[in-house]
Amino acid sequence: MKNPVMCASGTFNFGEEYGKFFDLKKLGALVTKTITLKSREGNLPPRIYETPSGMLNSIGLQNPGVEMFLKEKMPFLRKIGIPVIVSVAGETLDEWTALVRELKGVRGISAIELNISCPNMKMRSGRARSTMFSQDADATFEVVRKVRKTTNFPLIVKLSPNVTDITVIAKAAQKGGADAISLINTVLGMAVNLEKRAPVLDAITGGLSGPAIKPIALRMVWEVSNAVKIPLIGMGGIMTARDALEFMLAGASAVAVGTANFINPRVIPQIIEEIKKYLVKNKISNINSLKIGTAPIL
Amino acid sequence: MVQIFKCRILENSRVGQNYFRMIFAAPQIARESRAGQFVHLRCTTSIDPLLRRPFSIHRMDRDKVEILYRVIGRGTAEIAKRKAGEIVDVMGPLGQGFEIPKGGEHSRAILIAGGIGVAPMVMLAEEIKKVRESKCLQCSDVTSEITESFGQRVRVLIGAKTKKELLCEKEFKKSGCEVKVATQDGSKGFKGLVTELLEQSLTTHNAPPARLADCQSLTRGSTRRTTIYACGPKEMLMKVAKITQKYNIPAQVSLEENMACGIGACYGCSVKTKNGYKLVCKDGPVFNADEIVWKDEYQPGS
Repeated sequence: MKNPVMCASGTFNFGEEYGKFFDLKKLGALVTKTITLKSREGNLPPRIYETPSGMLNSIGLQNPGVEMFLKEKMPFLRKIGIPVIVSVAGETLDEWTALVRELKGVRGISAIELNISCPNMKMRSGRARSTMFSQDADATFEVVRKVRKTTNFPLIVKLSPNVTDITVIAKAAQKGGADAISLINTVLGMAVNLEKRAPVLDAITGGLSGPAIKPIALRMVWEVSNAVKIPLIGMGGIMTARDALEFMLAGASAVAVGTANFINPRVIPQIIEEIKKYLVKNKISNINSLKIGTAPIL
Repeated sequence: MVQIFKCRILENSRVGQNYFRMIFAAPQIARESRAGQFVHLRCTTSIDPLLRRPFSIHRMDRDKVEILYRVIGRGTAEIAKRKAGEIVDVMGPLGQGFEIPKGGEHSRAILIAGGIGVAPMVMLAEEIKKVRESKCLQCSDVTSEITESFGQRVRVLIGAKTKKELLCEKEFKKSGCEVKVATQDGSKGFKGLVTELLEQSLTTHNAPPARLADCQSLTRGSTRRTTIYACGPKEMLMKVAKITQKYNIPAQVSLEENMACGIGACYGCSVKTKNGYKLVCKDGPVFNADEIVWKDEYQPGS
């Protein structure tokens, strides 16, 4: 990676739309929309709703499935010439491994992100239903370990904030063989329509993203950075270079920008430029030396 | 091609109880956009309200773009506060607009607008007028003259709750349209829903022309071909779809859905169609009415 700023999965589709607004080569890395073994139709509308400084979504992982992804999206991604991180999700352990096996030896993939934390997709196993893998330390360990055995690609595990203690899950991911951890996925939320006396989203609940969740994300990055040794990719409400640098200070080695892309499709290259200016101005040669307490920051 | 522009607001004024009209300078958008396409505006420069708001293009004039909007929430309330001279962040033009069928110069057009749904229809009426100002390829007469001699003026049906909320009657008349009005309380025109007025209009207006001209394209029966264009509340569009299906008339409807990115990346503004989910921002906002799976047709468990 030539810079530490990437897009967050699910906010950038497979890059084509944003390529109309800026040269995608400028991205530190591109994280794809999550793909699944078979195509998924997604949830019924309404799927999104704006909340104060944030938005709820219940897209439901609509995606063309791994086969179509490799055929129709991968050639474009390969051509960009930047690290491509493929986000994947499954409902069962077998599905996870089968999916990752499909990516074996595919040129142009730099890493795999395991989306074990999508609030719109639940795990199907012997365990209690309607939880995410990332809400259970054992399930997290198991899925990471299984996938680790299946692939040589570096593994990034994406964690959910919807847990009592995120460090327990982070440690389980590390133990399972994760190379990095990305956090946070969306915060579970709900909106109600008073006039209709009904939930706004057809799926009733959805994932909250945007600046509203930034303090939660910073807190969790800070906690996890003190609990594991593997690098962290921080995300959750980053709108500006200042936000991104705050995540670096809290312990992230890289950051991902999500919801901000919807408001300003050129926000990522702008953040990269601003970070550069900040580093030059403050005479910082290594961005990873930015840590809380390491230097007086004005 | 879609781009982001910092546009100077030339006018932003109240035109009705809750209705506003904003005009901003945007030469490229004005050059490239078609009726039914939309622009995506940032409400303020702050993060709250966070998302952009989509607006149909109401009219355009050389280097100016005009939107007509209703204040319905926090975002539109912020936009209504913006003053002439300020800069507004505009993405556009976006989406797929109305399609005037090929050889459609002679065919009937009925435009149906409900409430703020009049916004894109004014531009569509102007576009149709332009098409009709061209000469007929068959008989080289000016199309509008032929069509008018057969009572084929563009017909516009406007629906509103009350007379007070009625918009754009004048603009449509200026484009040479025949305008009929329906108000729910009967304070002006037909008392009832605009869709009831449509049904009435189809039963009384569907007779073939009284006499046929020499023009080949007329005798080929294209005058009997009607296209219906509609924009308004979902319930209205659903009724338009049912009525036009009954009369076997092609209809194009402009849909609305909560939207985030506006460019087809977030999959937020999906609409159920007979070919799976499509996106209002990218595949629409204008769809063929018979393609949409309306809410009352959802299969249980789907």
